[in-house]
Amino acid sequence: MVYMSVFVLIPLAAVTVKAVSQGTGTLWSSITNTVALQALAVTLVSSLVVAAIGAVMGTLMAWVLVRDRFPGKRFVNALIDLPFALPTIVAGLTLIALYGPDSPVGIHLAYTRGAVIVALLFVTLPFVVRSVQPVLMELDREVEEAASSLGASNLTTFRRIVLPALRPAIISGTALAFARAVGEFGSLILIAGKVQIASIVIYADIENGDPQSAASLSVVLLAISLLVLVLLRRLGARGAR
Amino acid sequence: MRVSRSATLSLRAVALVYLSLLLLVPLGVIFAKTFEHGFGTAWGWVTTPAAVSAFWLSVTIAAIAVPLNTIFGVGAALVLVRGKTPGRALLDGLIDLPFVVSPVVVGLSLVLVYGAGGWFGSWFLHQGIRIIYAPAGMIIATVFVSLPFVVREVAPVLSEVGEEQEQAAATLGASRWQTFWRITLPSIRWGVAYGVVLTTARALGEIGAVAVVSSNVAGSTLTLPLLVQQRVTTSFGSQAVTSSYAAGTELAVMSLVVLVAMTLLAPRKGDAA
Repeated sequence: MVYMSVFVLIPLAAVTVKAVSQGTGTLWSSITNTVALQALAVTLVSSLVVAAIGAVMGTLMAWVLVRDRFPGKRFVNALIDLPFALPTIVAGLTLIALYGPDSPVGIHLAYTRGAVIVALLFVTLPFVVRSVQPVLMELDREVEEAASSLGASNLTTFRRIVLPALRPAIISGTALAFARAVGEFGSLILIAGKVQIASIVIYADIENGDPQSAASLSVVLLAISLLVLVLLRRLGARGAR
Repeated sequence: MRVSRSATLSLRAVALVYLSLLLLVPLGVIFAKTFEHGFGTAWGWVTTPAAVSAFWLSVTIAAIAVPLNTIFGVGAALVLVRGKTPGRALLDGLIDLPFVVSPVVVGLSLVLVYGAGGWFGSWFLHQGIRIIYAPAGMIIATVFVSLPFVVREVAPVLSEVGEEQEQAAATLGASRWQTFWRITLPSIRWGVAYGVVLTTARALGEIGAVAVVSSNVAGSTLTLPLLVQQRVTTSFGSQAVTSSYAAGTELAVMSLVVLVAMTLLAPRKGDAA
């Protein structure tokens, strides 16, 4: 508990105290100015888009990894963890190499919102796959077979039998991916350019010696993280029952 | 449910194309760019004094943060799974915080506490200890962001193996310490190992939190990820140059080693006992 306090809790408390140190009025005005509001909007919208794409593609990839059989599957399975192992700055660097000014494929995505979304998709890729995969493995196939022997089409079986069983795993994976996307910094710093992302605005505020404004925006991000955490706890508690 | 051959194939194709576009192609491009002027040039860029010291700083930080979090992780997992102390639920909830908090927020919070004028920072400065803009702060930042991995890998294994063997050892007269070393630790070792690998990966690659508390001076507080960032942003026309690709490739190779370790350890984790 002491270890947690020294490294995690006291610092986070300090941010909150700093944010309200000059009254809630200052806090309010530093998160409702245009730069901050726009950064928050861009961050949230990009993260939602990324979470949605990630949920669909993640479930699809988990399905392929569990139910399909093909040569090289073990390699693909290991590949999924790559974004967890690869430093995020390298992820950003690869996107500059591929979509930057001297792009070999002629796509100039860098420094746009598109690049931000690609970067976020990269770093959040494993979350949904890794949370859906084990559930899909455990899933009883007899129920599915029963459904189809009773005349249900594949689509119906998937929608009525498989999806409800996977839903908690998909939601928790997506929520983690969303939380990660909201706070992501490393992969974006090189390619965000003029796109104002919350974490980058905070970083710029710190560098410019404006910790109060940085702390205010941080508190908003912190609140979002806590919200996701509480949601996940609720979900976990329901799953355990 | 019986999925038709064509549906299976198209799903497989979609998954593989998505993965290669998102992961493999970009990585291939930086490898290609690293070596486009020959192996010698690339080697030159990763052996400059700044690059060598950045490499050693990254390794040193990981070498301190990882053991700290391993000891804490195993301890916390024991408290969470075996302990009966009140506040366990709270600890359980708080441990995941570093996973969801933005690394930049982490950095800022450390500046506010341990920086000059911070809560504890001025006291430390009086003792002549500099934390922020010094390696110490970078170690604290790394500890923060990589804290949950070992706990989260060890806790499920611990509840899986159960308490019976430990109780048997205790009834046969083993001390708590003996029970831990002879019974508990061997049965959770693969979980610990996997957690350590994840912690190491995160520690080596962390940039957000570390960037805030580092002074970005080559040779003293520049880690490998920061070196990559600095090389990209200081190169002309905001184009990344071979120097940054070379440092990026160096990091990528380090993480591939980590990935191989993960792949080798993952199946072992299952048959922990």
